[in-house]
Amino acid sequence: MSERLLTVTDLAVAYRTRRGTVRAVRDVSLHVDAGETVAVVGESGSGKSTTAAAVVRLLAPAAVIDHGSIDLLGNDVVNASQRALRTVRGILVGLVPQDPTVSLNPVTRIGEQVAEVLRIHGLADRKNAHVEAIESLRRAGLAQPEVRARQYPHELSGGMRQRVLIAIALAAKPRLLVADEPTSALDVTVQRQILDHLEQLTTGTGTGILLITHDLGVAADRADRIVVMSQGRVVEQGTPDEVLGSPSDPYTRELLAAAPSLRGARIIAAPVPRSAVPVLEARNLTKEFPLPRSAGGGTLRAVDDVSFVLPKGRTLALVGESGSGKSTTARLALRLAEPTSGSVLFDGADVTHTHGPALRLLRRRMQVVYQNPYASLDPRFSVQRIITEPLRAFAVGSRTERAARAVELLDVVALPRTVLQRRPAELSGGQRQRVAIARALSLNPELVVLDEPVSALDVSVQAQILDLLANLQAELGLSYLFISHDLAVVRQVAHEVAVLQHGRVVEQGHVEDVFARPTDAYTAELLSAIPGGRVRVGQGGAS
Amino acid sequence: MNRYVLARLGQALLVLWAAYTVSFVVLYALPGDPVSLMFGSESSDVTPAQLAALRAQYGLDQSLPVQYATHLGAALRGDLGSSVVLHRPVAALIAEAIPPTAAIAAAAFVLALLVGGALAIVATLTRSRGLSNALLGVPPLGVAIPSFWFGLMLVQWFSFAHPIFPAVGNKGFSSIVLPAVTLAVPTAALIAQMLSRSLQHSLRQPYVDTARAKGVGPVRVHFRHALRNASLPALTVTGLVVGELLAGAVVTETVFSRPGIGRLTATSVTAQDIPVVQGIVLFAAAVFVLVNLAVDLLYPLLDPRIVRHSKAARSQPATAQAAPTLEPATAGV
Repeated sequence: MSERLLTVTDLAVAYRTRRGTVRAVRDVSLHVDAGETVAVVGESGSGKSTTAAAVVRLLAPAAVIDHGSIDLLGNDVVNASQRALRTVRGILVGLVPQDPTVSLNPVTRIGEQVAEVLRIHGLADRKNAHVEAIESLRRAGLAQPEVRARQYPHELSGGMRQRVLIAIALAAKPRLLVADEPTSALDVTVQRQILDHLEQLTTGTGTGILLITHDLGVAADRADRIVVMSQGRVVEQGTPDEVLGSPSDPYTRELLAAAPSLRGARIIAAPVPRSAVPVLEARNLTKEFPLPRSAGGGTLRAVDDVSFVLPKGRTLALVGESGSGKSTTARLALRLAEPTSGSVLFDGADVTHTHGPALRLLRRRMQVVYQNPYASLDPRFSVQRIITEPLRAFAVGSRTERAARAVELLDVVALPRTVLQRRPAELSGGQRQRVAIARALSLNPELVVLDEPVSALDVSVQAQILDLLANLQAELGLSYLFISHDLAVVRQVAHEVAVLQHGRVVEQGHVEDVFARPTDAYTAELLSAIPGGRVRVGQGGAS
Repeated sequence: MNRYVLARLGQALLVLWAAYTVSFVVLYALPGDPVSLMFGSESSDVTPAQLAALRAQYGLDQSLPVQYATHLGAALRGDLGSSVVLHRPVAALIAEAIPPTAAIAAAAFVLALLVGGALAIVATLTRSRGLSNALLGVPPLGVAIPSFWFGLMLVQWFSFAHPIFPAVGNKGFSSIVLPAVTLAVPTAALIAQMLSRSLQHSLRQPYVDTARAKGVGPVRVHFRHALRNASLPALTVTGLVVGELLAGAVVTETVFSRPGIGRLTATSVTAQDIPVVQGIVLFAAAVFVLVNLAVDLLYPLLDPRIVRHSKAARSQPATAQAAPTLEPATAGV
């Protein structure tokens, strides 16, 4: 029996807001032993991040700990004074925050930010702190730590910044590490490297990890024990095999069924009779951006000789990590950007140089659904106004006809008619994305470009939206250009896939073929980086 | 000199030229010229011939574009013309007025920075919600108080009721105190308002949580992490505050009967002494431009993201440039 690092008993946290009290965490009990990784899993609003914040007493000002206790190596965190907390934070417990892009002080050098931990706790003087900071950066897996130490956060990529934050959290060698969604903002391959590294750093030192994640796959791969939270309560906890192998709680089963990384089943639509003419075809598309003269001039080739064919009624996924050129490719296909060379064919006609009214008519036939339904809907518009906006823009139908069309579209995306006069803020994320889909469908387009349509949504909502998209494709014969970084989602919904890296297509073909027998090393790497591999293997790939 | 500095310098010159041109058009294209204003329209002492001679002397008989070209050319050589009322070169009048105004403006600026900054820091640092709210209520009050009234009140208390400081004049340090305090109040309020807002914003940023998770105490979080980031927007306002100080000088110097740019402005506007007014406009623009130039050049020292951006792009062009999104597209287009 190893040492008990953290014991949380009957913790209850509430947010006192003007509209009343929201009980975010209710009677949560959990513990972390030395050398153990405990994953807290749940969807947004489950209280998992509030629990993590309570452990380091970094709750939002409106949050109040109603009752319960948090014992961290004999320290009573709940009742500790600010002064006492300062001797706990950094030394006994380190925090790896959620979003590395905003979690480093933008105007301070990396080295100073790491050294600060050692300085304020009196663990090193100015000179030694600097040397140790570099060592800490090296341990966190950063190449050229001496150079990094002199740089500012904006000069580093997201993955590098997360390594810096890990270096900060581990600099004073704390016994417990609280990692709140440490890799959610990162690409899958980077995510895997970071999580691997975290594991390496902590095994052997006896450091315990409290890992907060929304991704059951990550939890399954990394945790010794999983704690499932829903609506502020712990609904289930146990080893990954217990929790994922034979979940006893209905919510866990639901979560498990929805997780794209674990769910093997495909939800693609029944094949539509194929037409000889593809709806969209890209031929040798290339796009170069001039680099600023301050960057030495020259050009950046964002899209490099990309060709693909999207048959009618099918889904083609463009897959790649950030900077792979997938969004630029989609912009070229939509004629939102001019290609440097190559051509775009829509419904058999070359539209590369279409402009003016003809281009406007073309736009009617292709619509876009964006990644973030929280940002893509005008907050001051009613749902009806949002859905009918494209109709108004093209002066389709009379006012009453447009209103009728809005009702019809709500039925199509399975939203109740009562939402017509509501505003986006009154809807959930999934409902908002349904509104965005309804808007895209209002003009009866032939092609819908889906730009990461489910990345901003919780897994159970993701599954619902993907089901909806598949049904719509079957009913309306839509063709989808599906842009995603998430191979697990792509496996579920796409017929064809093109994998992009550095602006080039490294592999393309039928989804089944590419996923089962990747021929390109990068594709193979992407596939193996999908979290949840351990469970998938255990379950034989089905759920 | 790098491109950043050159670009800012070019902009500064452009602003100066624009200020000159706009003030010229506004002042010279108005009906009535300085000469007829000097003597009044129904003056019988001067003959039309004398008026015409005077107009020729001031170049007012030329067409507007020609006048503009001559004046601009002269201004470029440092000759701003001469006052039609005081019959002295405008440049000399302004040069004489600068030192007393500079004394109170500088004192007011330092005072405003200290008081405004301290107020913002204490208001955001204190754990007492009551004190914080009370302090945050002060800046709107400071902006709302009319400075002529506040100046008169100060004179009432500190010159008449308790004779500590002189009520008028510009002799010695003690004469600076009351005008400087009067001038500082709205400026301090502005700085306090801006800085406390951006401090509150900075303190909510995730990097502050990172610092607190390291075990950094509240004071160090405030000064080392939040203040430096919060001072960036406040710095921009500081550049604009100088305009506030010049405008405030008009009222303050009138209330305290001090000579200076403000008084010169007030008297030459009343007398419609157009060359002087234009000289002052140009001077104010020059001060404004110089201060904002200084602020622009100070920015990169406080915020590494500004100049270093070009370096970052050089070392990693792919990550810096290659993240276009589909965002500009709208559904209905």
